[in-house]
Amino acid sequence: MKAQLDNISVAAAQEIASASDKASLETVRIKYLGKKGALTAILRGMGALTPEERPVIGAYANTVRANIEAFLEEKGASLASEELKNALVKEKLDVTMPAKVKTIGKLHPITQVENRMKEIFVGLGFDIVEGPEVESAYNNFDALNAPADHPSRDFQDTFYINDTTLLRTQTSPVQIRAMKTMTPPIRIISPGRVYRCDEVDATHSPMFHQLEGLVIDKNITLGDLKGLLELWAKEMFGSDTKTRFRPHNFPFTEPSAEVDVSCFVCGGKGCRLCKGEGWIELLGAGLVHPNVLKAGGIDPEVYSGLAFGMGIERVVMTSYGIDDMRHLYENDIRFLGQF
Amino acid sequence: MKTPLNWLKEYVDIGCTPREFAEVLTYTGTKVEGYEILGEDITNVVVGKVMAMERHPDSDHLWICQVDVGKEENVQIVTGAQNVSVGDLVPACLDGAHLPGGKVIKNGKLRGVVSQGMLCSLGELGLTVNDFPYAVEDGIFILKEDCKPGDDIRDVCMLNDTLMEFELTFNRPDCLSYLGIAREVAASFGTDLRINKPVVKPANDGDDISNYISVKVENAELCPRYSAKVIKNVKIAPSPLWLRAKLRSAGVRPINNIVDITNYVMLEYGQPMHAFDYNYISSKEIIVRNAKAGEKITTLDGNVHELNTEMLCIADGEKPVALAGIMGGENSEILDTTNTVVFESANFARMNIRLTSRAVNLRTESSAKFEKGLPPVNTVPALERACELVQLLGCGEVVDGMIDVCNVNIEPTVIPFDWQRVNALLGTDLSFEKQSELLAPLDLIADGKGNLIVSPYRSDVVTTADIAEEVARLYGYTNITPTLFRSEAKEGKYTEEQKFVSNMLSTMTAYGFNEVYTYSFISPKWYDMINLPEDSVCRNNIKLINPLGDDTSVMRTTALPSMLEVVALNKNMRASSCHLFENACVYFPDETEMSKEHKVLTMAFFDSSEDFYDLKGYVEGLLDKLNIRDYVIEAEENNPSYHPGRCAVISKAGVVIGVLGQIHPTVAENFDIDVPVYAAEINVPAALATTSGKKDYKPLAVYPAMERDIALLMDDSQTAATVYAAAKKYCGKSLENIVAFDLYKGKGVPEGKKSVAFRLTLRASDRTLSDTEADNAINKLLKKLEAEYGIVLRA
Repeated sequence: MKAQLDNISVAAAQEIASASDKASLETVRIKYLGKKGALTAILRGMGALTPEERPVIGAYANTVRANIEAFLEEKGASLASEELKNALVKEKLDVTMPAKVKTIGKLHPITQVENRMKEIFVGLGFDIVEGPEVESAYNNFDALNAPADHPSRDFQDTFYINDTTLLRTQTSPVQIRAMKTMTPPIRIISPGRVYRCDEVDATHSPMFHQLEGLVIDKNITLGDLKGLLELWAKEMFGSDTKTRFRPHNFPFTEPSAEVDVSCFVCGGKGCRLCKGEGWIELLGAGLVHPNVLKAGGIDPEVYSGLAFGMGIERVVMTSYGIDDMRHLYENDIRFLGQF
Repeated sequence: MKTPLNWLKEYVDIGCTPREFAEVLTYTGTKVEGYEILGEDITNVVVGKVMAMERHPDSDHLWICQVDVGKEENVQIVTGAQNVSVGDLVPACLDGAHLPGGKVIKNGKLRGVVSQGMLCSLGELGLTVNDFPYAVEDGIFILKEDCKPGDDIRDVCMLNDTLMEFELTFNRPDCLSYLGIAREVAASFGTDLRINKPVVKPANDGDDISNYISVKVENAELCPRYSAKVIKNVKIAPSPLWLRAKLRSAGVRPINNIVDITNYVMLEYGQPMHAFDYNYISSKEIIVRNAKAGEKITTLDGNVHELNTEMLCIADGEKPVALAGIMGGENSEILDTTNTVVFESANFARMNIRLTSRAVNLRTESSAKFEKGLPPVNTVPALERACELVQLLGCGEVVDGMIDVCNVNIEPTVIPFDWQRVNALLGTDLSFEKQSELLAPLDLIADGKGNLIVSPYRSDVVTTADIAEEVARLYGYTNITPTLFRSEAKEGKYTEEQKFVSNMLSTMTAYGFNEVYTYSFISPKWYDMINLPEDSVCRNNIKLINPLGDDTSVMRTTALPSMLEVVALNKNMRASSCHLFENACVYFPDETEMSKEHKVLTMAFFDSSEDFYDLKGYVEGLLDKLNIRDYVIEAEENNPSYHPGRCAVISKAGVVIGVLGQIHPTVAENFDIDVPVYAAEINVPAALATTSGKKDYKPLAVYPAMERDIALLMDDSQTAATVYAAAKKYCGKSLENIVAFDLYKGKGVPEGKKSVAFRLTLRASDRTLSDTEADNAINKLLKKLEAEYGIVLRA
């Protein structure tokens, strides 16, 4: 009988090994372990054994059974993993086929650049102050020390609503409003829309955006202006960015400077963007003119201030290499979607 | 302003490359925009002497010339010109020569005869007969200069120079002159300035200007200073080469000695001058006065201008002879026959010159300078310089005496010099001596008694801040140490509105909407295009009095038409769908302030897979993100821009927050949009006023909810809102939510009725709700709906 069990064990192991799928494996299981299976038949015949033989053979049969079951399980697992592998192969996709497009909207590049500037200045303790776009000629010109016969006041440069009201030509009138309502130390920036009588072309628009900055306190110096704008430029355009200050003239600052930053494209070596100069003219700045401080109700003998302003479009266009300003106001989604 | 370096070198030594020069001047505040090397485009053109000439065997007009070009052997050049003779000195272009316009000359053959170059004309060298009056226009340029074969033509004709282009600032009209620039150059490089005071030799012949002319200035405000000299026995002729060459390098056309002198002085001193033919000044007086209405003048360019009383003219006893500071009159023009000349050197108010120049549409070198506000101190030195040149050129006799009507201060001013305050403003530590040394070359002289003596042409230097700028720019902005201001620490803040707006923008982009920027000014016709009635408050807008055009003539009271234009553009560009928003101001006239401006969020989209309820979803999601709750959305049939049956207003406690809906088909058509467009406009401050500013968190439910679906038969005109309200009223506090999820019309539903399916969610916070409780709540609602609205359960 033991020999019979050994035969069963060997035959079952062979058949299990050669089973090619789950169904044939089940057939093998039934053949040996089923109710009418070979092993079951042997166990049924145990009654014919002597009491001495019975436990020995019984134990042996159980071992054989356990072995067969283990074989079955092992083979079953291996078949399942094989089948899964085949199924996965069949499910293979061409990952180079196009994606199903998920669109997220984009902020206009002007907003994006403006936001970045705001973050930097807010981090330096500046508040963001906004002012009206329909302004008084007083705030836009007189209080900012523009001479009565300054050409910027001309009809062909400034949009007027009436003799004393206009569309602000700069964000600087916010300086006057801020000085009148705040007490030093004042630290503000003011972004917004400004207007000038320029026909639309690749580099002009009758409406554009500026960002103005103003710091007023005791002992503000030209060195502070340099330090602040150098810091800003490094944050804005990268830590390798250099700045250069050139003397200039604005009615509302004295001394005044034009500020260039090293070209974002070539880093100062000279390229198409910077026209070979290595520098990009970006800001107007200076110490607040004493007449402007007085107009804002601040004593120039006690306080001094620094101010700066820049065109946001210019930063947008130079940093993204946009060559035509009209794209910014046409709002073609093929343009907007790229930012 | 374009400035030839050779000219500047007469006043100051320049020992660096043009690029270095440009950089130094830019850093001291006289910005160089660029420079041009003159004569660079002419190479390998030399003086040739024609040694022999013979007819070309195969041509009746070509000549074969043997030309001495200063080399061992003569070169053979074939020319078609007929004005050349043996012994003439001519410009000879040798093999490989370059001429202006990119022309290159090479050895070649003309009808079989070797030609080793080309003889050239004035025009081919980029010159005109104004530059060389003795030459002919068509034909070879026969040189009458002192030169020999082989000399470089650029040296002979004085074509070598570098033209610097300066960008000058508004406060420095004194730099509109080569002397002014030279002063900046000397100060920037720390070199000496050579300016010779003009010397006019007196005639001492008993004659005096008073024998010729008198000057009366009637409007001293517009003409603060008028100076004049008379030249007699004038001999009009071309100017010498050096003078012509200098004018040409400055871009001025030489005309004749007298006119050239006035132009020369204008360039050198920055003082525009005018020369009148004395014989045509009637009654021998010059009157500076406002023109009479309707008075006419024919200017030197031959144009007739009708003048008005705002315009200043120079008149004689009868008529205007010049448009003050702009252009002289034809009636007193310098002609070849002129024998007596009046030189005018005057100062005019900049504003008036600008306005007149614009009104008569005539802009000249002179008006361009006067517009900038010239220093009145210059009239007399300029006049003396002109007389000195007359004597130098020997083109007339300077009559003794000068007229100088001066109603303005031309003396130096004295201002306090607080050098320590200068340091405080700059953040520097420069000694008094160092500062004085920096200022002196600018004619800003420290007197050692705490004052600065300011030259009369530097009237822009008034305050300590002005002095600080002068010190800083010559010390070098680059040398000022960057510092970070020391001030009390404080946090930078965004206002509540700024945070609110930022939240709005990020929500819109998360939805997939792109942000747009459109102009704040629009065409008033756009109000018609969005169907606004004539009496709409939105038509009461702020108008520009000088718009660029009708399209940008009024400040918008709604951003909707601008948005629709952008939608149309994208539709035309074949976008299959597009979602857009703008955050921008609208402007309303206001009595007390100039305008009332507030921000509006305008959104719009077209998309074949979306409809009104998607729009409503975007709006409600946005309001939720903005923490605006308990608002009401109600049908709005009267907004003319929107579909009357697909428009709603959003309000809270009676305050309108915004509007949403499908754009009225006729409005869409007005903008050439042929698909349904959905839009919403949210008034930002109104929305901000209704926000709770915080999230109201509710703990997650512990007990399960009961859901009951009911289909109700309603009149077409009855709204879901009616059922919602009734449910809230009658289902008790166990009602967690009610939402309509299906709408059916058609078979089985009578005409004029609709079947709407609602799902009610009921839940108790402290126990599991029983079926009976749920059923009771629903039954009560159904009973009330039938009783109050005739709404019944659909069988």
